Amino acid sequence: MGKTITALAFAFMASSAGAETLQERVAPCLACHGEGGQSETENTPSLGGQQAPYALIQLFMFREKLRSFEIMNDMAKPLSEDDLRAFSDFIATLPKPAPPADAGDPARMQRGQAAVQQHRCDNCHNPDFSGKENVPRIANQREDYLAKTLAEYKDNSRHGYDGTMADVMGQITKEQIADLAYYIARFR
Amino acid sequence: MKSDLLAPRSLWLAGALFGALTLGAAAQQPPNPPAAAPPAASPPPASAPAAAPLPPGSPLIGRPTGNEAAAKLAPVTPPPIAASPDKLPTAKLKVPPGFNIEVYAAGMANARSLAEGDKGTVFVGSRLVGNVYAITNKDGKRTVKTLASGLYRPNGVAFKNGTLYIAELSKVSRIDNVEDNLDNPPKPTVIYDNLPKDEAHGWKFIAIGPDNKLYVPVGQPGNNVLHDDDHGQIRRMNLDGSGAEVIARGVRNTVGFDWNPETRQLYFTDNGRDWMSEDVPEDELNRITKVGEHFGAPYCLQGNIVDPEFGWGKSCSEFTAPVALMGPHSASLGMRFYTGNLFPKAYKNAILVARHGSWNRSKKVGGDVLLVKLNKDGTVKSTEPFITGFLDNNSYIGRPVDVLPMKDGSVLVSDDWNGAVYRVTYGKPKMAAQ
Repeated sequence: MGKTITALAFAFMASSAGAETLQERVAPCLACHGEGGQSETENTPSLGGQQAPYALIQLFMFREKLRSFEIMNDMAKPLSEDDLRAFSDFIATLPKPAPPADAGDPARMQRGQAAVQQHRCDNCHNPDFSGKENVPRIANQREDYLAKTLAEYKDNSRHGYDGTMADVMGQITKEQIADLAYYIARFR
Repeated sequence: MKSDLLAPRSLWLAGALFGALTLGAAAQQPPNPPAAAPPAASPPPASAPAAAPLPPGSPLIGRPTGNEAAAKLAPVTPPPIAASPDKLPTAKLKVPPGFNIEVYAAGMANARSLAEGDKGTVFVGSRLVGNVYAITNKDGKRTVKTLASGLYRPNGVAFKNGTLYIAELSKVSRIDNVEDNLDNPPKPTVIYDNLPKDEAHGWKFIAIGPDNKLYVPVGQPGNNVLHDDDHGQIRRMNLDGSGAEVIARGVRNTVGFDWNPETRQLYFTDNGRDWMSEDVPEDELNRITKVGEHFGAPYCLQGNIVDPEFGWGKSCSEFTAPVALMGPHSASLGMRFYTGNLFPKAYKNAILVARHGSWNRSKKVGGDVLLVKLNKDGTVKSTEPFITGFLDNNSYIGRPVDVLPMKDGSVLVSDDWNGAVYRVTYGKPKMAAQ
């Protein structure tokens, strides 16, 4: 999978020099992140319905290497400020990801819900996890990506734009990360 | 049920404070009021058993539950991209008659603290985007350069004798002869990193005093927390980072200070806690009259309110009261004495204070620059608006962070919402023309 992404990244960078429509320019993004806003790629987030201000901040952080992920750092490198705005506005228009068909194991769902209440995730991410402004939509995000991201915030290997998530994760246990990812991915 | 919860809590507090006093004495420090307690991560749950205590840094600590108006409030995060020059709100900003305001430089995302170099370069820190900028001014033509990038929350900048000092979240660095190397600056050299790494109130304003020492604050690691001996204070040190000492305690989060040119006393702004109420506590303007003074937080707020949680057994008379209150949740940040000669006489040695503006209040306050006039004895005579208009219909069109009187008598104001720096002059507008 890594090879495919790298190849696509090169294709993207090589082609971005010419004049292209936005649709053409985002095609390489959607190859990994999913055509319909829903990612089918391991550890790669669904982008559909994402808050535009959050998406813009992430693209900016990738470009400036304030958020480290080689492929995305390379992809974002040539983006101008106008590109950042255009891409993030486009991402927000993609359809929201759908929950998986299975409703989930009731016991795990219940544990996840309890963890959400305990740590008040719904305060900033909203009760339906749709997010607002710089706070991302997390509803029906990929479970593997949610778990990975929460773990990275916890050990501070992913620096947030501000320090909110680093602070929040201080008291969340490994087990709770698994429950939270399971629950939020299947939230209906 | 309620008393069952309260009893162990107050016992725990008493134990914590006793421990702090004993520790302070053992360390043989100069007389310090008790500011310390075990790390705030350890208090027992105070609220409903369903919800664990929020982490110490969370801005949501103390937020009332089940209140719709409160649920709408959250910190306001500025965009990572600077506004284009034609979108800046200069036309909506109001200054007193005879004054002019113009854009000095734009295109500096998240522009925060300001410092002026010997050769007229203006250095600009940032909190969220990792950059320090340099604005050069050649015959009225101003150019913005990104001097350093990839730094970690480089909010603070200070300048002395050719050297730029940069304060990141948990370290202070210097770049010597910086104005001679703006196009190819060396990497900053770390001079001091004995600092906590908390994100909450971890970004720093720094300045160099008339005693030629570098002043570095360490905020409290959260909205309203008991904390260890390394937080909630202002330190000073030699310019090579040696000889650090704590000169003030009970400081929640100061993001601006300067020295009275007549008395040489340090004045600093301090941001009050959130979620207690819409109208109190107010932010503070404080004055240090002796080393080691304690300014109250988190026990006494705004000089006359004992904290509902941590104030039990305390009295505000134990702490130094502010010289002025700056408005509830107003986020009073950068402040400097105006010592120039361009402005009218009434401005001489008065303080300009940038109020970034509130988030923790339904009807926002701040989003302006205030003029604070002092009496001969250093107490506050009056407070009045100087620049207004950043707050428009309860939302921000800009947010002032720092003020910087320049050698030519004009005053610069940074705006981290738009990534711009404005310049205020007095007299015929042609003086302000580029």
